Amino acid sequence: MSKLKVATCSLAGCFGCHMSILDLDERLFTLVDLVEFDRSPITDVKQIGYCDVGIIEGGVANAENVHVLREFRAHCKILISMGACAITGGVPAMRNRFTLKECLEESYISGAGLVDAQIPNDPEIPLLLSQVHPIHEVVKIDYFLPGCPPSADAIWTFLTQLLSGQPIALSYTQLHYD
Amino acid sequence: MAESSTLAQTIHDIVQRHNSVPTRLLQILREVQDSLTWLSPEAIERVADEIGLSPDKVQRVAEFYSFLYTAPRGSYDILFSDNITDRMLGNRRLLRYLCDLLGVGIGQTRADNRVSIGVTSCTGLCDQGPAALVNGYALPRLDKPRLDRIAELINSQTPLSEWPQDFFEVTSNIRRADILLGRHFADGAALRAVLKRGSQAILEELIKSGLRGQGGAGYKLALKWISCHDAPGEVKYVVCNADEGEPGTFKDRVLMQEYADLVFEGMTLCGRVIGARQGFVYLRGEYRYLLDSLKATLQRRREIGLLGQSILGESGFDFDIDIHLGAGAYVCGEESALIESLEGKHGVPRIRPPFPTTHGYLNKPTVVNNVETFAVTAKIATEGGAWFASRGTAESKGTKLLSVSGDCERPGIYEYPFGVTVRRVLEDCGARDAQGIQMAGPAGHTISPKQYDRRICFDDLATGGSFMVFAKHRDILDGMRNFAHFFVHESCGFCTPCRVGTSLMRDLVDKVHTGHGARADLDEMRRLGRIMKAASHCGLGQTAPNSVLDSLDQFPEAWERRLRSTSYEPAFDLDAALSEARRLSGRDDPGAHLPDEQSDLVRLAKLLADQDAPMSDDERNLLGALP
Amino acid sequence: MSGEPSFTLDDQPVPFQDGQTIMEAARVAGVYIPHLCFNPDFAPHGSCRVCLVKVNGRPQAACTTPAVAGQVVQSEIEELQEIRRGILEMMFVEGNHICPACEKSGACQLQAVAYYVGMLAPRFTYFYPQRTLDASHPDAVIDFNRCILCELCVRASRDIDGKNVFAVQNRGLKAHLVINTPSGKLGATTFSITDKAAQVCPTGAILIKNRGYETPIGRRLYDRQPVNVVGDVAQVPESEGGRRHE
Ligand SMILES: Cc1cc2nc3c(=O)[nH]c(=O)nc-3n(C[C@H](O)[C@H](O)[C@H](O)COP(=O)(O)O)c2cc1C
Ligand code: SF4
Ligand code: SF4
Ligand code: SF4
Repeated sequence: MSKLKVATCSLAGCFGCHMSILDLDERLFTLVDLVEFDRSPITDVKQIGYCDVGIIEGGVANAENVHVLREFRAHCKILISMGACAITGGVPAMRNRFTLKECLEESYISGAGLVDAQIPNDPEIPLLLSQVHPIHEVVKIDYFLPGCPPSADAIWTFLTQLLSGQPIALSYTQLHYD
Repeated sequence: MAESSTLAQTIHDIVQRHNSVPTRLLQILREVQDSLTWLSPEAIERVADEIGLSPDKVQRVAEFYSFLYTAPRGSYDILFSDNITDRMLGNRRLLRYLCDLLGVGIGQTRADNRVSIGVTSCTGLCDQGPAALVNGYALPRLDKPRLDRIAELINSQTPLSEWPQDFFEVTSNIRRADILLGRHFADGAALRAVLKRGSQAILEELIKSGLRGQGGAGYKLALKWISCHDAPGEVKYVVCNADEGEPGTFKDRVLMQEYADLVFEGMTLCGRVIGARQGFVYLRGEYRYLLDSLKATLQRRREIGLLGQSILGESGFDFDIDIHLGAGAYVCGEESALIESLEGKHGVPRIRPPFPTTHGYLNKPTVVNNVETFAVTAKIATEGGAWFASRGTAESKGTKLLSVSGDCERPGIYEYPFGVTVRRVLEDCGARDAQGIQMAGPAGHTISPKQYDRRICFDDLATGGSFMVFAKHRDILDGMRNFAHFFVHESCGFCTPCRVGTSLMRDLVDKVHTGHGARADLDEMRRLGRIMKAASHCGLGQTAPNSVLDSLDQFPEAWERRLRSTSYEPAFDLDAALSEARRLSGRDDPGAHLPDEQSDLVRLAKLLADQDAPMSDDERNLLGALP
Repeated sequence: MSGEPSFTLDDQPVPFQDGQTIMEAARVAGVYIPHLCFNPDFAPHGSCRVCLVKVNGRPQAACTTPAVAGQVVQSEIEELQEIRRGILEMMFVEGNHICPACEKSGACQLQAVAYYVGMLAPRFTYFYPQRTLDASHPDAVIDFNRCILCELCVRASRDIDGKNVFAVQNRGLKAHLVINTPSGKLGATTFSITDKAAQVCPTGAILIKNRGYETPIGRRLYDRQPVNVVGDVAQVPESEGGRRHE
């Protein structure tokens, strides 16, 4: 059997979920026997090719997040929303109770020690959405794996079940939102 | 100072007139608002103080009812009826027209506090719309010339009493009469019958008649009266449900306007049979214009010995009727919410059981029946159960009043024996090109032409009487969207599935209606509908998804036409979500925009061209569906 | 057979006494039916709808439906768990529940019930409402973002503490919890953390100050065992990570 191709990325997240993947420790060796990593912070591959599974960490906070997420959806047969931020917007979504104006002015205008304070307008910098959203509000998601981050055990259970075509059944301690 | 002392005096007088009774709270707040145009924190505090209630209770009532205002409103407050039938008649155009004339925005109060304009749920004038309420009084048949006049009257501060009377003239439009509307009834006949034959004999006639509640749920009337009769307790109540909140229904209005004696007679009969001495009519706020004439009718009945002490000279036959006005809350048509509202509270439906027949008004045994039901009981008492049962079908005896509106030549009230087909009604009302019917209101059934031979009766199409016709040139989804918004406005907010579900449903319907939906959204509507139907606390939430679910089955093409050619669409407008950032940064380069995604077809074409591309099941399905 | 009447709950006989609801009888019999607005110290409320069961095939709230001999009640069936997940999803999208940033996480009954019914994600579209947080009280914080309108605090403060500190105002999705003072601030009330009202909230909406993150992750109330084993947060003594004062 040829190896399944897996891509991962972090949108508006903290890389904690990816750290948790690294936490698989020696199980990573088993994993790389089963799958080949395509675009991922783990491989440092920047362009995504066609994949079987895409794993997204983080919510959608800016225009670039939307582009990357759409790329993943277009290239992956199965797309997984991993972690609290991808699933609920998470901690970044705590800015949703403020207007974008308030957020930007707080960081770029009224913050301490700023010289020539202004809101950045460089086209290289992706524009922020007015609110942070979970990724399933932008593209179709096939599976959700909650946790902040999901534990390595939960990730392992999830991936082994998914790769072997079983239904996903996390144990009680593997299912949590924090 | 002077102002606050007049406020205190005004409130004191009103509360005194109601004997400071907490059950009169809603009536008191209505009157306070009539004098002061809105319920300020100070007014609420005063009312609470005068009645001896905690202010949060008064606030709760003031915030719950949509006709009570906790923010300033104009001394002329105009609410446009916003049922789909009003929309069909162009109410939105008129609404904007009047707003322009008067220089005020929708839902706003003009700076001089002279006028405010808003919208409200169906006002029950669907056969003579577009309609509105001005300070609670019905204004049917609006058109531009009339609005021109109204704007003048408002700008010249002419009191309502000096407005042309024909502005307020509500017609009955009875188009077909059968045994209820057609036969003469001599006032007092039913009461003479019960005195002559005794309650037991009348109950037997009612059993024989097979009469079922006409408010929609169809509970056997005799069982309800017997259960209340048998319930322990000396004090019992009779309540007439004249809330008629189901959009598209107006037959109770016509009964109260033309046949009030018959309704009161039925209530008094019920009082005699179950052993109650007090009755209430819960009249929806929209029918405020009927209040004075109804009070006069009650007074006349007292004077001729049909109401009050020793009715018809029979000592111990005491019964009187009081009228309570609602204040804009559809949920208060639900019998236990109605009782809460009668008790002066906000109208959240109670836990049932216990049912009102044992624990109703003030926890006493109470019969709640619909206006039409009471009217029919009076007829049965005089003409007999067998006479009544000779009409209708096996499970649905007698006749039913239908309120017919929408796209037909002759909107109005039609009385038919139960079992009449939809087709027959359409022929009679002159609806030649009906593409569909909304039966029994937004909570009822959405019917397509292949169902026109179905029968209106409890075992097939049960209805409280609403019958709204959609002609071929209409977009059925306009109706579905209107209904979804109606339920958002009317959910009482008590239970999760309805409080949250109605808003989620509205957003999904809006999304598809505005062309931003995909097939996944239709599936989501079905999932949401299942949850609301199964889990909601009362009938409102349980039936709120009906029209969406029915129309998905009956008019799938109406929904599908609106879908984008993608399988999944974002829940929000991505490009619009960047607009704030664009404004703040001053950027407008291509990178500052998020275009819609390419359609599935374009994407599939790319996939087909690219041999390496694996295909998801969705994509395979899409390919399979291609011509 | 004589003796106590009974009904069946997922095929197991459950005895009951006259006047008991399905929920009460099940609780006494030690059978868990998921719930949030139900608390055995209060009259049933019936608003959260999480305890939906099928009674002779009809969906009904277990907390408000009287037990009747011979009733066939179903609870742990996929059809109902699916609906319960949907109701839980609604609660999550209605407010702002950011569990990783919530002190209550791990000892939160809302979260625990969501785990119990297997909710992986609130899939409905988020409302992200604008709600506030009130830290005006010296000993307690109320974060309205996490309120699910179970009205337990309302009932406790009114019916047991006799203080009437909380109330619900408005209707529909605009319905929201308020503090009964002109300023709307908890600090302006006589609310005390020894009140019953301070012990009943099933979520992290009402929190005691200076007690955050006391219990390490892994040892919090619902970390190791599910809510059906541990019980409601309001029923567990404080010393064991719950809310009940001793
Ligand atoms: C949300 C809701 C609204 C209702 N509105 C009305 C109404 O306006 N008029 C009415 O007679 N019944 C209404 N009902 C039905 C009443 O609860 C009750 O069944 C009826 O008044 C009983 O009278 P009947 O048996 O004579 O029909 C409503 C029910 C629900 C759930
Ligand atoms: S279903 Fe629930 S929220 Fe809706 S009106 Fe009834 S009690 Fe209120
Ligand atoms: S209250 Fe419970 S569900 Fe809400 S954020 Fe806190 S831990 Fe999560
Ligand atoms: S604050 Fe807590 S106890 Fe009070 S209503 Fe909200 S969720 Fe319930």
